[in-house]
Amino acid sequence: MGSITLSKITKTFGPKEVIPPLDLQINEGEFVVFVGPSGCGKSTLLRLIAGLEDVTSGQISINGEEVTLAPPAKRGLAMVFQSYALYPHMSVKKNIAFPLKMAKKSQSEIDEKVTNAAKVLNLTEYLDHRPGQLSGGQRQRVAIGRAIVREPAAFLFDEPLSNLDAALRVNMRAEISDLHRQLETTMIYVTHDQVEAMTMADKIVVLQAGRIEQVGAPLELYETPRNKFVAGFIGSPRMNFIEGHEAAKHDAHTIGIRPEHLTISTESGAWQGKVGLAEHLGSDTFLRVDAGPLGELTVRAIGDVKVKYGDTVFLSPDPSKIHRFDAGGLALR
Amino acid sequence: MATAHSKTAARLMISPAVLLLLGWMLVPLGMTIYFSLLRYNLLMPGMESFTGLDNYRYFLTDPAFYAAFKNTLLLVGGVLLITTVGGVLLALLLDQDFWGQGIVRILTIAPFFVMPTVSALVWKNMFMNPVNGLFAYLFQALGLEPYDWLGSAPLFSIIWMVSWTWLPFATLILLTALQSLDREQIEAAEMDGAGALARFFYITVPHLSRAATVVVLIETIFLLSVFAEILVTTNGGPGYASTNITYLVYAQSLLQFDVGGGAAGGIVAVVLANIVAIFLMRMIGKNLDA
Ligand SMILES: Nc1ncnc2c1ncn2[C@@H]1O[C@H](COP(=O)(O)OP(=O)(O)OP(=O)(O)O)[C@@H](O)[C@H]1O
Ligand SMILES: [Mg+2]
Repeated sequence: MGSITLSKITKTFGPKEVIPPLDLQINEGEFVVFVGPSGCGKSTLLRLIAGLEDVTSGQISINGEEVTLAPPAKRGLAMVFQSYALYPHMSVKKNIAFPLKMAKKSQSEIDEKVTNAAKVLNLTEYLDHRPGQLSGGQRQRVAIGRAIVREPAAFLFDEPLSNLDAALRVNMRAEISDLHRQLETTMIYVTHDQVEAMTMADKIVVLQAGRIEQVGAPLELYETPRNKFVAGFIGSPRMNFIEGHEAAKHDAHTIGIRPEHLTISTESGAWQGKVGLAEHLGSDTFLRVDAGPLGELTVRAIGDVKVKYGDTVFLSPDPSKIHRFDAGGLALR
Repeated sequence: MATAHSKTAARLMISPAVLLLLGWMLVPLGMTIYFSLLRYNLLMPGMESFTGLDNYRYFLTDPAFYAAFKNTLLLVGGVLLITTVGGVLLALLLDQDFWGQGIVRILTIAPFFVMPTVSALVWKNMFMNPVNGLFAYLFQALGLEPYDWLGSAPLFSIIWMVSWTWLPFATLILLTALQSLDREQIEAAEMDGAGALARFFYITVPHLSRAATVVVLIETIFLLSVFAEILVTTNGGPGYASTNITYLVYAQSLLQFDVGGGAAGGIVAVVLANIVAIFLMRMIGKNLDA
């Protein structure tokens, strides 16, 4: 239960085409993450799948059944909103029970499911609280609880963790991943945090201006990006791009090398440069090196490297990890 | 801020205003109480004498008092019902996107700016008049007998006119509340399988309850003292059919020249208004917390 097929769907707001024709297949049980820069249409795409917006053209089917014109309630999907969208005047219990009540389930069944969901999500003590009395993480869990009791064909998450602090985000990330393993239900997750994307996804969909740039497993995108946009978007810090003479040596318009694939030395190496910014984190060192004609390069070194602002250093790329791109930005293989 | 020192300072600072207000209220109230204890008839000036609580006894045992009391409750309750329910429906309508929305919203408030005497006269002469009124014309056009609104259903007619004045107020307050409702909550309810009616009753109505409370409290204050509409249309009649307590006090003091009785009625009205206020605060005031 829970395969979703989008074929040639488009969405325009007035004169503005937000989603140009787009095809996507989401398989049963997959954890799919949509990433992309702000305003690229991730939320719009999710809302189209949910049925909260009508597609301008194209077809959506869920489990092989066409639902393009079906209202949200008929699609059997559950959504967790960025603002959580809890019902403020209802207790946690009533919030979680709401979809069951709307489905006219019996009271005993509702009680049982709410109790179970509360147990799974550690909310048992809070069942009689109002959402206003809960912390951000607890509200998040209530929103998830409201989604799981319906046993939907798929879960849709729109940046669910962006209102939480960093530590809580790590926890909730793990909880959502665990939940996915337990329930084995399809999940579609929108984020612009690539750590979330890389750690949680079975499949990442990289979007830019409503177009799909690449679809693939996290490491596939990291190792073999299809174009310059994906190469620059996936991986942190960003990949370094070098054009001109150095790129021509590799028969390419542009070459890309990730910060972690440059080795730094104070004595000798392929490229010479001066250290600009140096960030010593203990476990890693991030350096911004001004490499003259090559431009600014970011380097990541494991452990602490004893260099400081203004030092001259040498950088050597790992030749097997150099990405080559043509003038249009497409990867050359 | 809440140190003992700052509290004392705050008390000192507001005391002139409080004293002024107290004087403003206490002097008329004190004089009313004083008059209510006198036998004071305008037709016999200089003959005032102390009568104790007689005025109260006469006022409270007068059958007109019971009628006026009932009419006051019906008037307040009826107008509240019409304006809150009508206000919610109109607010829902005005919240939709339609062409000319801005102008319509501004026009909606217009009745609130029409003076009560003027609106009551317009209703009386242009709409409800059984000979020349538009309603009479409409009834005749439909082949029905014209209805004498003010003669046959005086209280209802007055409730109707007052509601017309207060409906815009309720609508506007409820409309702003409606616009502050989070879209995502509605969408979440939609995903949860709630139909339009369920969304209205489970999400919109609870969200509006606070604004509705404000509407009810404010309107009650003003509706307890409706007077002009009655004076220019029915004069409290026929009989006492459209007399409320405010009008009864007026009739007692200025139509029967009994200042003492009127003052006693005024004090009774103050006490009743306070009882209603306490009841209202108990019943719906908790909506205003949190
Ligand atoms: N209701 C709407 N009317 C008009 N334009 C809209 C509407 N909703 C979204 N858009 C436009 O569609 C584009 C995509 O918006 P969307 O919310 O999907 O972006 P997003 O990828 O979710 O961005 P973010 O990461 O900031 O949430 C934006 O340019 C936005 O201005
Ligand atoms: Mg978004």
